[in-house]
Amino acid sequence: MSRRKTERLLNLVICLLATRRPLSAEHIRQAVPGYDSANDEAFQRMFERDKNELREIGIPIEVHKDPWEEDPGYRIVRQAYELPEITLEPDEAAVVGLAARVWQRASLAEAAGGALLKLRAGGVETDEAGGVLDGALELRVDTRDPAFPALWEAVRDRRAVRFPYRAAASESVLTRTVEPWGVVSRRGRWYVVGHDRDRAAARVFRLSRISGPVTPVGRPGTVVVPEGADIRSMVGSRDDLAVQERVALVRVREGTCQGLRQGARAVRPGSGGWDELEIDFTDPVWLAGWIVGFAADAEVIDPPDARDAVICRLKGTLA
Amino acid sequence: MSTADRLPRLLALVPYLMSHPGAQVPEVAKVFGLSEKQLIDDLQLVWMCGLPGHTPGDLIDVSWDGGEILIDNADTIARPLRLGVDEASALLVALRMLAEMPEFGQRDALARVIAKVERACGEGAAAVSNQVAVEVDATPDALPVVNEALRRGRRLSLRYYVPGRDEVTPREVDPMRLVMVDGRSYLSGWCYRAEAVRLFRLDRMLTVEMLGVPADPPAGAVPDEVTPGVFRPSPTDELVELELTPAGRWVAEYYPCERVEELGEGRLRVALRARDQGWLVRLALRLGGTGRVLSPASLAETVRETALAALRRYESVS
Repeated sequence: MSRRKTERLLNLVICLLATRRPLSAEHIRQAVPGYDSANDEAFQRMFERDKNELREIGIPIEVHKDPWEEDPGYRIVRQAYELPEITLEPDEAAVVGLAARVWQRASLAEAAGGALLKLRAGGVETDEAGGVLDGALELRVDTRDPAFPALWEAVRDRRAVRFPYRAAASESVLTRTVEPWGVVSRRGRWYVVGHDRDRAAARVFRLSRISGPVTPVGRPGTVVVPEGADIRSMVGSRDDLAVQERVALVRVREGTCQGLRQGARAVRPGSGGWDELEIDFTDPVWLAGWIVGFAADAEVIDPPDARDAVICRLKGTLA
Repeated sequence: MSTADRLPRLLALVPYLMSHPGAQVPEVAKVFGLSEKQLIDDLQLVWMCGLPGHTPGDLIDVSWDGGEILIDNADTIARPLRLGVDEASALLVALRMLAEMPEFGQRDALARVIAKVERACGEGAAAVSNQVAVEVDATPDALPVVNEALRRGRRLSLRYYVPGRDEVTPREVDPMRLVMVDGRSYLSGWCYRAEAVRLFRLDRMLTVEMLGVPADPPAGAVPDEVTPGVFRPSPTDELVELELTPAGRWVAEYYPCERVEELGEGRLRVALRARDQGWLVRLALRLGGTGRVLSPASLAETVRETALAALRRYESVS
């Protein structure tokens, strides 16, 4: 944006804020420096563009159409424009300072920084260093998936999206059309939850498996999040790994398999240089994936299906 | 900051100067992330603007004599613009994440501040921020002790599990900073065993005890920079190539790969580095038939021998 244009836009904002009654375009043309030299057509184009730019940065321009006036009038209503009075206690200011520094990638980091700047401009003393928190705590949330910005916008604008997606362990990429209800980060991975139009059902997609651009479909404002939809529980409860239904008996060589021992429900010293562990599990394939890594230092004794799963895994490696 | 952001900046700068009369040029430049020259340029621009009529009495009055900034006649834009949806949401989502961490101990402040920010933005932003959530892992058992040691500046003694080597090692650590990355907690501290700053995952601390010794990390020690990611192999580690079937693609999602190449039908060829040969062998065994080592050949051979030895154990018994 050129300096002249910035000047013109700033003058336009001041002009529209200062007026009580809506001003016609012609009036604005006379009042705001920078428009005066343009011819009619050029002015119309400039004024249209300027209004759009102001709206894009969140400035609410009100348009009045009075039946007895030929031209519409414009103004900015102070109440809709201004940040309401806000005061923060020192502990509140400290957490806001910390929260604003959480985001790691451009889009949200800039948005959070912009929010902080406005609060400070409004006289709120936010605490950059974290104050009472002493700089001993640092929080980071990364939105590294390329699909994140587009999905954030889609959720914000309540707009459907389409994207190429490869389901876990699938050979093919399919195009999915989804009405997004929300995005959730769980254990460092981002998921989008929503209504899958092709499946006609609610679905969860992992952002890292979206293999191409996310494109908006249809108009903004059309996605309706169902009442009571709990996007977080749809991604899965964070305790779901804690519920294990079965117990495996595993022999491990003395002094090895520290990881297995730590995760075992019981450790018993055995004989001949081997200890016995009891390990909770639900899925034998999952258990095999863990135990097979300890190779000849660990052996599943029971149940047979878990034992077979390990053998199958080892044969797979040798195939 | 690009010039496209200049107008929003000016609309924050003017109220900032109004609410901080006599602020110094260097201090304001820092708040706005500008050089002093850029800030002066902004002030000069503001000084050219004002109410329609644009007589001297209508224009904004700014001076920065002796580096002290004074502003007058700018009442129309004395308050900053309302928070936009993105701005308010970015803040609210982060605040709600903090509120989920009981150990963070600022619950009360968070509840108050969330209500205030929600009031200061439109309903739209509050709604969006409820549709975006960052979950926090269950509180690791080690956290209260680590927090206490950080607060009191005391050394920690821990038994720490390293999955890469399947080892539990005792360590003494001077805690420097608690770092939460994507909902998971780490301690950055000076490790006397490694004689270097190390990052420890709290859920891998098997036991942790606060010692009576004050923490005393060497003067030059800086907490680990976690921004590039916490899994950081060194560029001198050997490069390993794997071929993955669709069922093995998770490797590319979980570990940073230097190269990822699609081979068609969902198969991938990836190249990654790891500090530890043992970790790589375990990974290959875990993959079973869903992935194989392409290179180096020595690693492929080790994997094969290890798998054979393990299989013999099963076959000799049954």
